[in-house]
Amino acid sequence: MARSNNHNPLAALVGVSKRYGDVLALDDVSLSIGAGEIVAVLGPNGAGKTTVVSLLLGLLTPQAGEVRLFGAPPGSRSLQQRTGVMLQISGVPQTLTVAEHIMLFSSYYQRPRPLTESIRAAGLQGLETRRYGNLSGGQQQRVLFALALCGDPELLFLDEPTAGLDVAAKRGLWAEISALARRGRGVLLSSHYLEEADALADRIVVLHRGRVVAEGTPAEIKARTLGRTVRCTTTLEDGELAEMDCVERLTRHGSSVELLTRDADLLVRSLLARDPSLRDLEVAGAALEDAFLALTGPEPEIDREVA
Amino acid sequence: MTTQTLSARQSLHLYWLEARFELVKTWRMPAYVLPTLFFPSFFYLLFGVAFGGSAAVANTTIAGYLIATYGVFGVIGASMFAFGVGVAVERGQGWLRLKRAAPMPPTAYLLAKVFTSILFSTIVIGMLCLMGATLAGVRLQPTQWLIMAAIQIAGAVPFCAAGLAVGLWAGPNSAPGIVNLIYLPMAFASGLWIPFEMLPPVLRSVSPFLPPFHLAQLALAAIGSGAGGSPVVHVAVLVLTTAICLGLAVFAYRRDRGRTWG
Repeated sequence: MARSNNHNPLAALVGVSKRYGDVLALDDVSLSIGAGEIVAVLGPNGAGKTTVVSLLLGLLTPQAGEVRLFGAPPGSRSLQQRTGVMLQISGVPQTLTVAEHIMLFSSYYQRPRPLTESIRAAGLQGLETRRYGNLSGGQQQRVLFALALCGDPELLFLDEPTAGLDVAAKRGLWAEISALARRGRGVLLSSHYLEEADALADRIVVLHRGRVVAEGTPAEIKARTLGRTVRCTTTLEDGELAEMDCVERLTRHGSSVELLTRDADLLVRSLLARDPSLRDLEVAGAALEDAFLALTGPEPEIDREVA
Repeated sequence: MTTQTLSARQSLHLYWLEARFELVKTWRMPAYVLPTLFFPSFFYLLFGVAFGGSAAVANTTIAGYLIATYGVFGVIGASMFAFGVGVAVERGQGWLRLKRAAPMPPTAYLLAKVFTSILFSTIVIGMLCLMGATLAGVRLQPTQWLIMAAIQIAGAVPFCAAGLAVGLWAGPNSAPGIVNLIYLPMAFASGLWIPFEMLPPVLRSVSPFLPPFHLAQLALAAIGSGAGGSPVVHVAVLVLTTAICLGLAVFAYRRDRGRTWG
């Protein structure tokens, strides 16, 4: 199902490491995007998603590895002609109208889409003469999306395109992003919602603390992240708990422990068998951040928190 | 791979739209437009027409002198705010980053702001000249009016550069304060509000170190006034100011590029 085109990708990172001072933002990361493909870079805040986008835009240079955009190093104006970008920014000139903003960005490109088509593709019909400052959050996000697609680029970078949108606005934007891929455009999408990556992407690259911890189709990634969190107060020692096969990660808060597992039924049965005095049992779906942590390695980790 | 560059016609269209929308964007902000356009005329009405009138100073009248210096004051304000505050805000919000990620030529962005500053400056100067010629009865040769206005408008360049340097160094919240902190004391000590000849000697010894003084002296010379310094020195100071500020701006722009992007 993945229409991956790895022989001749639109953009690729090959073994890239990027360091800011003491912080290793990316550690030996490789990924690629082909034509007609939506690749989601998924990860919690600080995982390195924006760094990936900035490297591909040529706004940053890596310390190690290679960044290729259409087979060349990124950053030149002629390559910018072939990309469209949606960044997380806090302000856009408020007094220009929707149509004026899109007209101006269209003029930067050699072969832009006609204005009416860009407006339609971003779902902004009827808002052409509205000033940016008078739009709702969802409409403003659509204008930024229109600025990314108005040049009819071959490759789009969408950095958290639906951050802060309500469900309806989010789904509307998803439909429009999918439509771009059907036009044969490549899309690199960064997100911290598994739901978003699942709905849109052909391939998901999970980043955690600058490393690729998982890569695959949405189905493959979901199968690996269907974790549950089990909380309880138990007399069992940390060492004993960590030895259980189904425990991915253990966090202790004073007398209670939090266990991350892929098989909650098995874990609860084993816990009760070993500790009849076990109490305050709670089972919950794992947050995505916990699911990412489960992907970091096969060895259970033990985190101790000072209670 | 085909090379992807805009045709000459497309480039021209791009530069035109960038300039047009910069102007439209600014024009729709009354909180910026009204003080920029009307403060110099308002001051002139007060100190040039109502009080100054025909009192003699530096081979002209107060009313004549203040047309030249309030014009310079207006030009510096329009330039330093458009660049200093405009660039700092657009940079701080990430808008400039988005424009730089798009294939926008940076020169289009800069020229659009120069265009707006010069247009605002021209309006300010036009109003001052009109008030001077009608209400204050200032009599000058047509060529004198024109040369003075041309000098004042050309004077936008060093102060656009100064504003750009501030805009690329300062944060969006501190930029308006920094611009005012540079602009207002400099205007005063350069003899833009009170004629240089009437300033206390301490300030008069500072004036030659301030770029607005040199622009004002050139504008005054055009109407047969001024403190009589060498025009070559005045021009040299303004060129040097432009060069230093552009150097600072380029340095700040490069530093910005290497920054973390979140």
